Amino acid sequence: MATYIVRRLISAVFTFFLVSLVSFLVIQLPPGDIVSNWVRQQEAASGQPLPPETIERLRRVYGFDEPVLVQYVKWIDGFPQGDFGFSIAYSNSEVAEIINRRVGLTLFLGFASLFLSWSLAIPFGIYAATRKNSRTDYVLSTLSFIGISVPDFLVAVIYLFIAVFVLKTDYAGGLFSMEFKNAPWTWERFLDFLSHLPVPFLILGLGGMAGTFRLMRANLLDVLDQQYIEAARAKGLREMVVIYKHAARIAINPLISRLGLQLPALFSGTVIISIVLDLPTLGPPFIRALQRQDMYLAGTVLMILAVTLLVGNFLADILLAISDPRIQIE
Amino acid sequence: MSDLTARQPTRSVLRGLFGASVSRRAISEDEYRLLSVRELMLRKFLRNRMATWCAVLLVFIYLMILFAGFFAPYSARDADSKLTFSPPVTVRFLDPETGIFHIQPFFYPLRGQRDPRTFQLIYEEDRSERIPIDFFIRGESWTALGFLKGDIHLFGPRGYEERLHVLGSDQRGRDLLSRIIFGGQVSLSVGIFGVLITIVLGSVLGTLSGYYGGAFDHVMQRAIEAIRSFPQLPLWMALAAAIPPQWPPEWVYAGIVVVLAFINWTGLAREVRGMVLSLKERDFVHAAEATGSSTARIVRRHMIPNMASHIIVTATLAVPVTILGESALSFLGIGVRPPMVSWGLLLNDAIRIQNIVLYPWTLFPGIFILVTVIAYNFLGDGLRDMADPFAR
Repeated sequence: MATYIVRRLISAVFTFFLVSLVSFLVIQLPPGDIVSNWVRQQEAASGQPLPPETIERLRRVYGFDEPVLVQYVKWIDGFPQGDFGFSIAYSNSEVAEIINRRVGLTLFLGFASLFLSWSLAIPFGIYAATRKNSRTDYVLSTLSFIGISVPDFLVAVIYLFIAVFVLKTDYAGGLFSMEFKNAPWTWERFLDFLSHLPVPFLILGLGGMAGTFRLMRANLLDVLDQQYIEAARAKGLREMVVIYKHAARIAINPLISRLGLQLPALFSGTVIISIVLDLPTLGPPFIRALQRQDMYLAGTVLMILAVTLLVGNFLADILLAISDPRIQIE
Repeated sequence: MSDLTARQPTRSVLRGLFGASVSRRAISEDEYRLLSVRELMLRKFLRNRMATWCAVLLVFIYLMILFAGFFAPYSARDADSKLTFSPPVTVRFLDPETGIFHIQPFFYPLRGQRDPRTFQLIYEEDRSERIPIDFFIRGESWTALGFLKGDIHLFGPRGYEERLHVLGSDQRGRDLLSRIIFGGQVSLSVGIFGVLITIVLGSVLGTLSGYYGGAFDHVMQRAIEAIRSFPQLPLWMALAAAIPPQWPPEWVYAGIVVVLAFINWTGLAREVRGMVLSLKERDFVHAAEATGSSTARIVRRHMIPNMASHIIVTATLAVPVTILGESALSFLGIGVRPPMVSWGLLLNDAIRIQNIVLYPWTLFPGIFILVTVIAYNFLGDGLRDMADPFAR
């Protein structure tokens, strides 16, 4: 087991470098760089062109006159010190600082809604599979089929519509009321936060639920066809024991390996829903950075999202190795 | 009854779908025979009613966008500054004053008035005049498919004085329904072109990778891994943002198509590679090699036909993903740019919660996205059944 984990870790580190390189290349893609953008802004503001020497000096200071690979090495060289570059969209503040403030909430929302979607989808999946072709099964399957078709951003918009016109709530986006937006954490702020939570929570959770439900139902149906289930029934075990102890346990395994795929979808979902609902996660700064070619910020967010996927896959593999004794670790 | 021998099978399925009057090649009532694979596949597909109806629906949607000029009452840019953000008009058959039923639908034009306190435009029906809605009416001239010209529209208001916004209008007073129909041209063609690129890239690179293996395969697999280690949407967003803002809209459109295909092909390439790897070891391929067939011939004659159905299913399911990708990007304002119209771009009007509250009809484009995507998913479902006609 230990060697397996070490081997997986080494390959994860390799992938991390690959991911950071791709992130860097992607943010290098737009023509021009952060300095030329800044220069454009300055020139537009002052109405007169900056002297070319100033521009040259700026480029040298930021290292933009060097080859791309050198810039890349410099960029990742700062990681151990928590230096991810700087952002112009957020008035020259450190990328690390902007991200620090938001990454916790992004992770929290992502994992919490994952938990919500699993804890609903698995029981529903078991229920539908054990009552195959019943009316409930049919309804749940159809709903989930529609569910996997509906993209997150539409769910967010549709939910807002329902919240406003059907439920007549006064939810106006965000995770905090105006007065608590930039306040330090207090009990009142926490309560305010809790009261804002259900909407983004439900939207995110429901998005992942449909897929998980379908997988759980299909897996369980496969497992229930196996001979050892018949054997378990023949032994005279109670149906509950057969289903929960013998069938469901096995049927969950593919879900765990899917976890690695589900996490990135969830984080993508968090990003785009945050933009619609104006949640203080990594979403809004990401889109703002992209629109203004604020490359360090955009690249770092992109990389962080990829790293969550990496970590998710890593954890999923190890969880699977633990939960399924049939998996051989050489 | 097994699937191989069946008694007038296709017929009964077709009869179930379209009623009894389906004629087919003459086959006597009680003839037993083997069905060809093609017939089996059709039968399998038609048995999935949802998929069949969704195919019909999609054909209708595509016809609608191909002949957008005919189906849309106005052009996408025809604006009326007097009717900004006007709500959908009520199409009526009953005269609310007299209670008389009219066989021809009509509407009352909307008149906007500023609320003295909030300065918001409030629209009210002007009941003084009934405007009938005519069908096959002459209006703005249009061109379809590049060469068909006409000026007949499916429907429109009688006379030129009043405008008919069945689904309301946007902030510049442009007809939302017309914009949705024209926007469909962009939204749906992105799906088609994106998937075409996906198929070509995915199957060519996947085949090469699987067939030759070695260093090429190794490089391909690492590249695919690198792309796939990013969550799809954020990578799309980052790549779409790299499209220079000064490009003309048509280039941006092409750029978006390429960006969307750039991630999608990796999945297909992997699947194709896997299939090629397993096909390579099959007896018929060994036999072809032994009899001296060229590699190109083996791929063309023995591998592609075996993979075709799988590729078609994957492609069908990739279309809605691509459509959604474009919608999400345009919705966020980093996709196609005005004056181009797409469903996602139209939905961008609804990105602010106050717009949803004040102008809920800006959500209509979302319904079109939803219906199309769900229809494609059901269609893909049916095609998947069809791809394996011998499965029970």
